[in-house]
Amino acid sequence: MAAEMIIDMTKTFSGRAPIQARLRYEVEASTVLILFGPSGSGKTTILRSVAGLEWPEEGRIQFLSRIWLETKSGIRVSPQDRQIGYMPQDYALFPTYSVAGNIAYGLGGLAPHDRSKRVAEVVELFQLQGFEATKPRELSGGQQQRVALARAVAPRPQLLLLDEPLSALDAPTRLQLRGELRTLLKQLALPSIIVTHDWAEALTLGDVMAVMGEGQVHQVGKPHEVFSCPADANVARIVGVETVVQGQVIENANGLATVAVNGTRLKGLGSAAIGAAVYVCIRAEDVVVEQAGSGRTSARNHLMGRVSGIAPQGVMVQVTIDCGFPLTATITRGAVEDLGLVPGASVIAAIKAGAVHLVPRSS
Amino acid sequence: MNWTAIWVTFKLASLTAGVLLVVGLPIAYWLTFSKWRWKFIVESVVALPLVLPPTVLGFYILVAIGPHSPVGRFYSDVVGHPLPFTFEGLLLASILYSLPFAVQPFAAAFEQVDRRLIEASWTLGVSKLATFFKLIVPLSMAGLVTGAVLSFAHTLGEFGVVLMVGGNIEGETRTVSIDIYDEVQALNYAGAAKTALLLLAVSYGVLLLVYAMNRKVWAVWPQK
Repeated sequence: MAAEMIIDMTKTFSGRAPIQARLRYEVEASTVLILFGPSGSGKTTILRSVAGLEWPEEGRIQFLSRIWLETKSGIRVSPQDRQIGYMPQDYALFPTYSVAGNIAYGLGGLAPHDRSKRVAEVVELFQLQGFEATKPRELSGGQQQRVALARAVAPRPQLLLLDEPLSALDAPTRLQLRGELRTLLKQLALPSIIVTHDWAEALTLGDVMAVMGEGQVHQVGKPHEVFSCPADANVARIVGVETVVQGQVIENANGLATVAVNGTRLKGLGSAAIGAAVYVCIRAEDVVVEQAGSGRTSARNHLMGRVSGIAPQGVMVQVTIDCGFPLTATITRGAVEDLGLVPGASVIAAIKAGAVHLVPRSS
Repeated sequence: MNWTAIWVTFKLASLTAGVLLVVGLPIAYWLTFSKWRWKFIVESVVALPLVLPPTVLGFYILVAIGPHSPVGRFYSDVVGHPLPFTFEGLLLASILYSLPFAVQPFAAAFEQVDRRLIEASWTLGVSKLATFFKLIVPLSMAGLVTGAVLSFAHTLGEFGVVLMVGGNIEGETRTVSIDIYDEVQALNYAGAAKTALLLLAVSYGVLLLVYAMNRKVWAVWPQK
């Protein structure tokens, strides 16, 4: 049997749609599962159930060969016995303990000498030298996040559970820590589950992604595949980024990067180095469709292409344009009629450089 | 001043506070964290001494530990003398009488502890009991001191329960408040005044400590 994580659970909170999640995926040494969805979709409840902090009324949670919950046979493993590292959204650092005290908190089973050795190791790994005696409230948000992660990792857990690990940070810090977190997770060689509603985080950090909505798992797959090929309209609405394609940075000047995607050149904002592999992410409502041969605009990207699909979605129409890669645009019904769009028609897709998001691809 | 009565009173109050610190903590923990739907029944029982006249409480304790009850018979069989009108009987009555003064501040302090901290502790492999001592107790220190101090102060001034259960035995169950009453009955106002003043000063000092402890800004010594 392959090493697997199996989550099959039902949990009801009064006044809310029941959470009925079924999910199973293969776990390797450092597989990162992303639980992706809007707030209230049940992703945090699933994470907490895996942590043993929430008890589903019914179901089964199995990590590798260990069964943590099986309501049928009455198996309920306590959070203490699951050997997990759990980081809640607001970090929950212990205010009465110093940074070193927080990190050492879960190391009660070690002899004092081994404990201080492990604390020193972890402090170094998370670059917290000099802060050992500092109380958590005196730290910046980014430092608190590192301490929380260090505390979760110190007892050498088998599985790391992170609830919105970056959402409490300001935007520049978040961007910086996103990349660091990916490197760190690979370095730790520790399977993890990360809850997020940020698609850039999902693309950067995830190996597998489960899209959640209204308490159900809608789709499970590789993050860029889920983004570019949502299983249904529901998933497409939840992920909100219709075009995700792989590209390579070929030029970068003053923060404006040129990316080659399957022969087509696109300009986007980003500081990725030349040669770097990136995901190019474009939201469908940011794409303007023009008739071929019309005038100049301020948009930096004008992609020649052919309409390959037209799918009405309520008042809007989703138009797929083949311009070297499939690009999705959302426009009104009126625009489709005005432009006389039919499959096969030649069009130009205009996208502002600011709407072309470049997300570094994990190696 | 009747130093024997003062000694008995302080011994009684210290032991009551000490026992309540041990007995009150698990009760307060259970009251705070239990999800049992009928919990309010136990909460009401714990709060009963707040509203019950001390004589009523004392009467029931007296009956409960007297020679006609199984508890009282068992005690006198084991120890050799009955429980009422002894210091031990008085101590038991004081503990029950001051129970809400310890348990309620404890529970209020536990209630203030962020559940997410407790959960974080559990996921780090730390047992519920160890989490209680390593995390909950340090975070609830002000409430624990308040509960201990309040039950101490409350025991200092008890009168009705002492009279019902302890009687008035010099060196055994004669406390300061009874001593003051006796002095007044004997028209020895000067003696009563001195003892009363001592009780007033101690009670005031104790309450000063409680209120200082519970201020957001540490008033007694600077917060580290």
